[in-house]
Amino acid sequence: MRVRADRDRCCGSGNCVMTAPELFDQDDAEGLVLVREPEAPPALHDRARQAAELCPAAAIQLDAD
Amino acid sequence: MSGTTATQPTPADLPLFPFPEPVAHPLDPPAYRDLLSGEAPITRVALPTGGWAWLVTRLAEVREVLRHPAFSADIAKPGFPLLRPLPRPRDRDRAGLFIRMDPPEHGRYRRMLTPEFMIKSIRRLEPLIQQTVDRFLDDMVAAGPPADLVDAYALPVPSLVICHLLGVPYEDHCFFQSRSRVLLNSSVSVEEAQGAADELRDYLSRLVTAKQRDGGDDLLARLVAGRLRGGALTHDEAVGMAVLLLVAGHETTANMIGLSTLVLLRHPDQYAALRDDPGRAPALVEELLRYLTIVRTGLPRLALADVEIGGTRIRAGEGVIALLSVANRDEGAFADADRFDVDRGAHQHVAFGFGVHQCIGQPLARAELRIALVALAERLPALRLAIPDDEVPLRRDSFIYGLQRLPVTW
Ligand code: HEM
Ligand code: SF4
Repeated sequence: MRVRADRDRCCGSGNCVMTAPELFDQDDAEGLVLVREPEAPPALHDRARQAAELCPAAAIQLDAD
Repeated sequence: MSGTTATQPTPADLPLFPFPEPVAHPLDPPAYRDLLSGEAPITRVALPTGGWAWLVTRLAEVREVLRHPAFSADIAKPGFPLLRPLPRPRDRDRAGLFIRMDPPEHGRYRRMLTPEFMIKSIRRLEPLIQQTVDRFLDDMVAAGPPADLVDAYALPVPSLVICHLLGVPYEDHCFFQSRSRVLLNSSVSVEEAQGAADELRDYLSRLVTAKQRDGGDDLLARLVAGRLRGGALTHDEAVGMAVLLLVAGHETTANMIGLSTLVLLRHPDQYAALRDDPGRAPALVEELLRYLTIVRTGLPRLALADVEIGGTRIRAGEGVIALLSVANRDEGAFADADRFDVDRGAHQHVAFGFGVHQCIGQPLARAELRIALVALAERLPALRLAIPDDEVPLRRDSFIYGLQRLPVTW
């Protein structure tokens, strides 16, 4: 599963970091999303989906393989 | 005057919003059973300022509205659904108040602050939160039972933490607590609310000037040094941001700590479980946020374009209220939603809102709630109410729901 995040839309809520810290981080300058793991391993697919759903700014896109 | 035109007068039969608080079950949102049992996910309500607005009550539609770019949070726009009349507009009052701004303007301010509130930044603040919690518990225990838990614990903990973070002297807490209360009170006049806002602005204006001169290792000093000196922020903008953070940063969490303690005293098994296994705290906090949803009157927005929400056509110029408290009791999303159930996995609640304005302070609020409740359960396992449960006085006249007092003994 490919994980992408749109930093222009991100509002730095940190929900994704709380939901899936293995996949997401925030940068120190603006607190905007950083994708740590652009290829989510199967064990993290559920939490990747949850992170995308809970993102308040709809900034996370997932593409199934 | 949302949606009111000559051809569309306010229907006299619309229910007036906000609804009266329930007397029998004060922790349940008002009138929500009727709202949720209705067929339509969207209904219309009359507003106390005249006109009407759409009331959105289901979780899916609340999230859709709050995330949709067609809805504005700018209360100065004509037609915005207001619960209290607006004072005469002055530019100074608007500066820096990004909670009332739309993208892209909103993001410019919010991004200056986000790094301060990231989970990893708040983790560095946890030792201070723990010390603060311990200090006020020590004082409360030393003074002996009974105590008012709101006055001795729920309010001073987040007040001191936000003071430390922002660099506001805690000695001034009586001043800014009382003015915040007036500002958030739904029954004061426009003039009183404006007066309280002016006093807070003047106070923080002097503080921002001092930070600019003296520097310092706190959020306001960093804001002033990094951005204001560079010309990106004006003095008034920095002051507006400071007012927003100070007011939003203590009153909300304080009310959550007080109400959460009341809920735990009604569920002694959960209180005991928290002491035995503090690892339960994060799930407990999420369920408390859902169950209590202290932003009781919901989030107002104005449609800037025609949008269809939940099968209803909302037209440009019409107002919408996203009722968080009722959405958090949506049976479609939370089975047996009226039950307080720590194990339900409440993470999709909207107690912090949704969309680009979703609470910037949520990592701080979560850490404060977790640390404050665990410490209470560990330190005072025999905590109980000192008055009958149905006599605990609620704060019914505030935009933020909470307790006036919580008399306890141990
Ligand atoms: C449990 C406690 C809290 C609750 C329930 C809460 C709730 C909310 C909600 C519902 C919003 C969205 C408002 C809207 O969309 O119009 C919000 C925004 C905000 N909150 Fe909180 N909040 C809490 C604690 C805090 C804390 C500790 C701070 C710290 C400074 C804070 C600062 C803010 C700010 C600055 C905004 C505006 C964000 C923006 O417009 O981008 N809040 N909060
Ligand atoms: S959840 Fe969305 S808005 Fe929040 S930090 Fe992650 S990507 Fe950004």
